[in-house]
Amino acid sequence: MTGGNASAALEAQLEDLRATHGDAVSIREIGGVVENLLAATKGDLMAADITLYSEMESLARYIHAAKAEIAALCPDEVKAEYLPTAADELDAIIAATADATHTIMDAAEKLDGVIETLDGNAQETVMTATTQIYEACGFQDVTGQRIGKVIKALKDIEIKVDALVAAFGEEIAEFKAKEQPGNTGEDRSQSDEDLLEGPQLEGKGRTQAEIDALLDDFD
Amino acid sequence: MAVDKNMNILIVDDYKTMLRILRNLLRQLGFSNIEDATDGGMALQKLRGAEIGLVISDWNMEPMTGIELLREVRGDDKLKHLPFIMITAESKTENVVAAKEAGVSNYIVKPFNAETLKAKIASVLGDF
Repeated sequence: MTGGNASAALEAQLEDLRATHGDAVSIREIGGVVENLLAATKGDLMAADITLYSEMESLARYIHAAKAEIAALCPDEVKAEYLPTAADELDAIIAATADATHTIMDAAEKLDGVIETLDGNAQETVMTATTQIYEACGFQDVTGQRIGKVIKALKDIEIKVDALVAAFGEEIAEFKAKEQPGNTGEDRSQSDEDLLEGPQLEGKGRTQAEIDALLDDFD
Repeated sequence: MAVDKNMNILIVDDYKTMLRILRNLLRQLGFSNIEDATDGGMALQKLRGAEIGLVISDWNMEPMTGIELLREVRGDDKLKHLPFIMITAESKTENVVAAKEAGVSNYIVKPFNAETLKAKIASVLGDF
């Protein structure tokens, strides 16, 4: 029974009751009217509910899929492994270029130190060359500042990833439990690609002497 | 008026490499009395404790930046006329405007060369 039809039928029923009994209507007949009214209202509410439930179900499915996709990205690994590694690598670049710059300047200062002992033309040539070396060494300051900005950006990303990990901790754990070696049947042996992680940071790799010793052990 | 090459020059930068570069370039330009500081606060202490003829300062330093140092210098009766060159990687118009408004004598953008350094010092102190 649709809303319009129900209303007309109820109206007719009430009119009929009024015409037949005036104001004295039996309880049984009132019950019949109420029953009809409930049946009509229930039908309308159910239609609205079905639409709402269906929308909510589709939204829930969407959220669930999005959560699973975010969990599959393993943001905890990004935070624990990739971000600190990237920042360490950048710090290592700053340190290595600073070392190289100082070595270059040590050499240029030695040349500067003997300028007084040279004749006119030679003195001019060496002076020009050392000036150019000092100027070029300025790259370390500028690149250092640029790398510093990248490190700051990584730290900002880390904060956002932290929030993701906090929000999706449960889903991530669930995803990882499913992806455990042995659960997926995936081959976890080390590939050639896995071996390529160099250059190692200070203290993380072997020294030349240690490598020599290691090689000797094979003989 | 001839530039006194024996004057004390204060160079300020938090990158030790840059201090070394500036020291060497200034020495090649004939200046031998060079003091250094690694931030604005340390620079201010040196400025109040010694006779300095020129400041060449970086901008981006902690805890006191180059522009804060400049404002302190311009606000100090004894130091307010001190020639002050900003030498920085900050090259936006608003940086230059802010430095000028704070009273900078000249402005060098990094990376720079010896010729620029010489020209800017000459513009502040006179030809040498």
